[in-house]
Amino acid sequence: MTINEVQDKIIDDFSFFDDWMDKYNLLIDLGKDLPVIDPKFKVKDFLIEGCQSKVWLHPDFDGKIITFTADSDAIITRGIVALLIKVLSGRTPQEIISADLYFIEKIGLRQNLSPTRSNGLLSMVRQMKLYSLAYNAKGKFNEIRK
Amino acid sequence: MKNIDEIRGDFPILNRKVYDKPLVYLDNGATTQKPQVVIDALTDVYTSYNANIHRGVHLLSDLSSEAYENARESVRSFINAGKREEIIFTSGTTGSINGIAFSFGEKYIKEGDEIIISHLEHHANIVPWQMMCERKGAVLRVIPVNDAGEIIFEEYLRMLSSKTRIVSVAQASNALGTVLPVKEIISAAHSLNIPVLIDGAQGIQHGVVDVRDMDCDFYAFSGHKVYGPTGIGCLYGKEKWLAELPPFQGGGDMVDQVTFEKTTYNELPFKFEAGTTNYPGAIGLAVALDYVTGIGRIDIENREKELLTYATGRLSDVKGLRIFGKATRKIPTISFLLDGIHQYDTGMILDKMGIAVRTGTHCAQPVMERYGIKGTVRASFCFYNTKEEIDSLVAGIEKVIIMFG
Repeated sequence: MTINEVQDKIIDDFSFFDDWMDKYNLLIDLGKDLPVIDPKFKVKDFLIEGCQSKVWLHPDFDGKIITFTADSDAIITRGIVALLIKVLSGRTPQEIISADLYFIEKIGLRQNLSPTRSNGLLSMVRQMKLYSLAYNAKGKFNEIRK
Repeated sequence: MKNIDEIRGDFPILNRKVYDKPLVYLDNGATTQKPQVVIDALTDVYTSYNANIHRGVHLLSDLSSEAYENARESVRSFINAGKREEIIFTSGTTGSINGIAFSFGEKYIKEGDEIIISHLEHHANIVPWQMMCERKGAVLRVIPVNDAGEIIFEEYLRMLSSKTRIVSVAQASNALGTVLPVKEIISAAHSLNIPVLIDGAQGIQHGVVDVRDMDCDFYAFSGHKVYGPTGIGCLYGKEKWLAELPPFQGGGDMVDQVTFEKTTYNELPFKFEAGTTNYPGAIGLAVALDYVTGIGRIDIENREKELLTYATGRLSDVKGLRIFGKATRKIPTISFLLDGIHQYDTGMILDKMGIAVRTGTHCAQPVMERYGIKGTVRASFCFYNTKEEIDSLVAGIEKVIIMFG
């Protein structure tokens, strides 16, 4: 599935619920399903500090795609983290850099990604794109060296 | 006292809905809502007589200056200061404390001197002193607190010495609600001729404040926490200190004579009010203080005590809820955590139910550290809140526990 196909699937899943409580319950469940991050990556180097909740994000680049693992200390945040991982993990740096994340707004969680909500999520998206830029640049550098 | 419906009717925002639910506003420690009279006063300044103060020859400037100086008199009377010259308008508590920390540091502090604060302070009463200590090579001493969240008075007495230059403590803790024994703190410091600054950000709105009875040397508060506009606050200082201290900002209105060689300063209080001050804010603040006086400060205190007792009782009955801060004397502020549930999750779900609380460290990270926690949920009440709203909070919390438990 492409990034947008995954986003559309999420929007579809969430549209099933009218009530905000059900949406949040879905988020809580998604958070529980988030693959566990290796504890050795739950350290300062991979911490995205928000004022309200913390997010740990670890990138693993195999030369082609980036696999992200992540976690958060707050459950709702972890649910949104899980969604971002679903959409952006396992993609090439170029795909991640050019991704337009419209699903957040469509499922009514935009407020959780606003700069005024210091829960670390906005920084997480930024950090995912920054890693991609770095790996992308490195890839180009390696190509030139060949 | 007006009945609760009349009181709530004075605050238009309390009628609004959030997510189609009635607003339950329990974040008064962060800022209070404004009565219609304050909103009207601000509109009136801008629609009827707006002009810069102390500068014009024209009628509007006269009207505006007069209203501003009347506001100063209102503040003086509200905190029972001796003279209007002792009332400086600032941007808020933070502005007031930064100003004094700077001026006092420049004038009196040298290497090895000590400044005493408490473990309960808001960052606004920590960082300005730290900055000053760094500049001057002085040392910041911190009065410890016990598990209930009260300062350990004997430790404070032990800390006071010939090296102490100033003591700066909160009237009440914004994070835990503890009311500090400010009169005792002041009288102990005064026995060694040490001046005391009281951070009144969480005190001014909860009862009678009498700076002469308290005998503090400086008192700082914010307008927006006492039903007034934001961006305006006050620094009270005893005249003997304010006369000696250098200004903390330079600019217009604070000067007497300016030449490129030397500038002489204006008299008090203008020496400390550089530039165009927030005169509409000051005028609005005076109206807010009049409103509070009209409601009755003793009545406010009693009503808030009743709310605090009720809320503490109801919340204590919730299984898995832990209250932080169990001081004997508290403002109506309750900090708590639910077992195994992140404060941010609790706050988000309460928000969706129309209940506004604050979550996080409340700009008091050392307090959180004292308890080994990363933050709390804080419900802070005031006299316009109701027992029904506290019931809604408890019902909300029970829902949160079901969702995350």
